[in-house]
Amino acid sequence: MKVLYFAWVREAVGVGEETVEPPAGVATVAQLIDWLATMSDGHAAAFADRTRLRAAVDQAFVPLDASIVDAREVAIFPPVTGG
Amino acid sequence: MIRVVVSAEPIDLADEMARAETGGAGAVATFTGLVRADAHDDGTVAVLELEHYPGATERALERLADEAAERWSLSAATVIHRVGPMRPGERIVFVATAALHRGAALEACAFLIDRLKTDAPFWKRETRGGAGRWVEAREADDAVAARWRS
Repeated sequence: MKVLYFAWVREAVGVGEETVEPPAGVATVAQLIDWLATMSDGHAAAFADRTRLRAAVDQAFVPLDASIVDAREVAIFPPVTGG
Repeated sequence: MIRVVVSAEPIDLADEMARAETGGAGAVATFTGLVRADAHDDGTVAVLELEHYPGATERALERLADEAAERWSLSAATVIHRVGPMRPGERIVFVATAALHRGAALEACAFLIDRLKTDAPFWKRETRGGAGRWVEAREADDAVAARWRS
């Protein structure tokens, strides 16, 4: 599964994109975030405050309790600020 | 006609207006967003940089333009958003909506710019006084965008 990070989440993690293979039992975006947070201090810092995180699964915005089963691409990022 | 562009190139107003006016419209409404200097204690904004989610951004904008075109029977809906570094005074976003009458064009234009702020994956980073910081999302923008969902 490809995981993408944007804005300060990308800066805290240290990369914009990585390919991961989460273990069985990681079935939602929130569970994926919990698992990713254990990968490095940067990941832990990026994911410390869930209220500041938003997500997309296969390029569509979803709530953090959304399923990632069969997802090809998950993106994790701060609330958007375009316009 | 739906036209969505996400690009680092400057926005050409004359060209975009001319495109929106074709197709039998009786009214064209437009919105142009400019980079603000936004003065604070730590200085004014020198550079505003826009990051986006390539692919997902275009899809989100196309979805919004399609929704507007259907809801207000538009003959044209244009959304142009710049990405990359910009300076105060430069155009960051342009929306044009064309319809038979002004009411539909004006409403659809407001819908597109309000919803774009909450539904499209862009992030602003501003540099002032030599220091960069990511711009925080505003709850007021969520409230304005939510009005269009009722």
